[in-house]
Amino acid sequence: MLRFLARRLAQMVPLMVGITFISFLVVELAPGDFFSALRLNPSIPRELIREMEMEFGYGEPLLVRYGRWLWRVAHLDLGMSIAYRVAVLDLIGARALNTLILAVASMAFTWALAIPIGVIVALRHGSLADRLLSFLAFLGMSVPNFFLALLFMYAALETGWFPVGGTTSLDYSLLGPAEKVADRAAHLVLPVIVLGTSGMASLMRLMRSNILDIKNSEYVRTARAKGLSELVVVGKHILRNALNPFVTLAGYELGTLLGGAALVEAVMNLQGLGTLMLDAVRSLDLYLVMGSVLMGTVLLLVGNLLADVVLTLVDPRIDFSRLEAAR
Amino acid sequence: MASLAVLVVLYLSALFAPFVAPYDYAEQNRAFPNCPPSQLRVNPPRLWLSEGVLYTHPYVLKAARGRTYEVTAEKISLAWFTRGALLTAARPEERVFLLGTDALGRDLFSRIVHGGRISLSVGLVGVAISFTIGIVVGAIAGYFGGWIDDLVMRATEVIMSLPSFYFLLALAAVIPASLSSAETFLMIVVIMSFIRWAGFARIIRGMVSSIRELDYVQSARALGASRTRVIVRHVIPGTFGYTIVAATLSIPGFILGESALSLLGLGIQEPNASWGNLLADAQNVQSIAQFPWILTPGVFIFLTIMAFNFLGDYLRDMFDPRSLGAGG
Repeated sequence: MLRFLARRLAQMVPLMVGITFISFLVVELAPGDFFSALRLNPSIPRELIREMEMEFGYGEPLLVRYGRWLWRVAHLDLGMSIAYRVAVLDLIGARALNTLILAVASMAFTWALAIPIGVIVALRHGSLADRLLSFLAFLGMSVPNFFLALLFMYAALETGWFPVGGTTSLDYSLLGPAEKVADRAAHLVLPVIVLGTSGMASLMRLMRSNILDIKNSEYVRTARAKGLSELVVVGKHILRNALNPFVTLAGYELGTLLGGAALVEAVMNLQGLGTLMLDAVRSLDLYLVMGSVLMGTVLLLVGNLLADVVLTLVDPRIDFSRLEAAR
Repeated sequence: MASLAVLVVLYLSALFAPFVAPYDYAEQNRAFPNCPPSQLRVNPPRLWLSEGVLYTHPYVLKAARGRTYEVTAEKISLAWFTRGALLTAARPEERVFLLGTDALGRDLFSRIVHGGRISLSVGLVGVAISFTIGIVVGAIAGYFGGWIDDLVMRATEVIMSLPSFYFLLALAAVIPASLSSAETFLMIVVIMSFIRWAGFARIIRGMVSSIRELDYVQSARALGASRTRVIVRHVIPGTFGYTIVAATLSIPGFILGESALSLLGLGIQEPNASWGNLLADAQNVQSIAQFPWILTPGVFIFLTIMAFNFLGDYLRDMFDPRSLGAGG
């Protein structure tokens, strides 16, 4: 197990170097840079701009600059944001936590609802409940995230039941610790529902088709013939086998959620990694962009790794040597 | 199939946008900012010959500074197939706004129809590009194996490990603003295809490496067919069952991607319309409260995606080897 983990972590390093290099190139190849707007302003002296350029390493050639950045990252220093004049790591830390909380909460919501509904619907295959819920799932899958977010914000405004966007209330700093948690939770409700619905729909459909396949297989019939109660049959035999493919899905879903969260964050005005990245890219704030991409990649790859590890734990047929083949 | 009919209607209206839309997408009517949708009414049949089938009551601003409109008692007759438009006011100086107007007084219905051209074609063009690249690369990797296969697998892994949305943002933000709208459109489509082809390539490669072992492929080689011929005429058509379904189900992804970019201000720029662009105005919740009709482009996006999903599902059931029994 440890050898496997070490090998995977070692594989991640060249991947991350490649990805950060690509994003570095993208920002470099963009027309202009962070200081373009400043240069157009005649009242800012040239020397000042040149000083700032030197400070952020703009005078050196491309590869040297990338090399320096890579060296600093190895020492866990992600550089400084040109716009905010604060260490990138500090900026990203809080925002990444918000995005992560949102992604994990959405996944919990999705799974908590989709799996029971999928099971119920599959066991009542062909009934009215089955058809109705499947149709609703279909609708949920087709609604665009951002559209649902806009609708919910409108509903929140009209009814006043939920806060309209934002991560925290205006008087957040004045609240006690328990109230702070409650405040954040209240602001998270709508975004979690928005992010959760599309995932829930496809998960439910997958669960349903998996269970339908398993329901008629021989070992289930044997279990029933043995006289086991329905609860045991469903809970122990059907579910365990149906859940198998989902475990890997969870890991990959985390990665997708991090991306999907960015759009919902932008629309609902949440302080997350997505909005940070958006602003950074718009102003061509080099080190902030690189730091965000690095963070996003790390989260994605860690999610994939977790998925693989949990898959080995859940499915006794797969051991680490055959993991690559199973993927 | 209802979804096919919906898609045909949408694509036809996008194709013939200048005809279907009563007004140009950039035409501003400063006298009618944020005007509510005109309510269509039907004339009694005896008036059909003299005054036309449909009419509406025009809106007039209540107060000079206010944003509220009231309906007057005048009638504006609507005419079909007049002045190069499907449905518009009978007299050229009148205005009828089927879905209301935006803050600059531009007819929302016309903008939606014109925007449909961009939003709907993004899906088709994007799928065409990414699937072509994916099939070619995947087929070559799967058929030849060896180091080509390894190289392609590493490359696709890197691409699939990119946090795609962040990357899309980064790439879209660096498109210079000086490009024409057609060039911007092409760049956005190319960028999205670049991010997506890797997934298809991997799956096609897996399918090709198993199709490669099938009898009919082996016999074609044995009969002396060149490798190119075998790949193009025998192996690739074997993947079509999956390809068609996957293509249909990927189109919504492209449409959503372009809409998301335009919503954030990184895609299609004003004054050109795209459905995402039109929803950017709706990001201000106060606007939605006062002028709910600005949410309509979202409804169109939803309908399109649902139609494609239905169609994809239907095609998948059709091609599913299990439901076909021994065939397929």
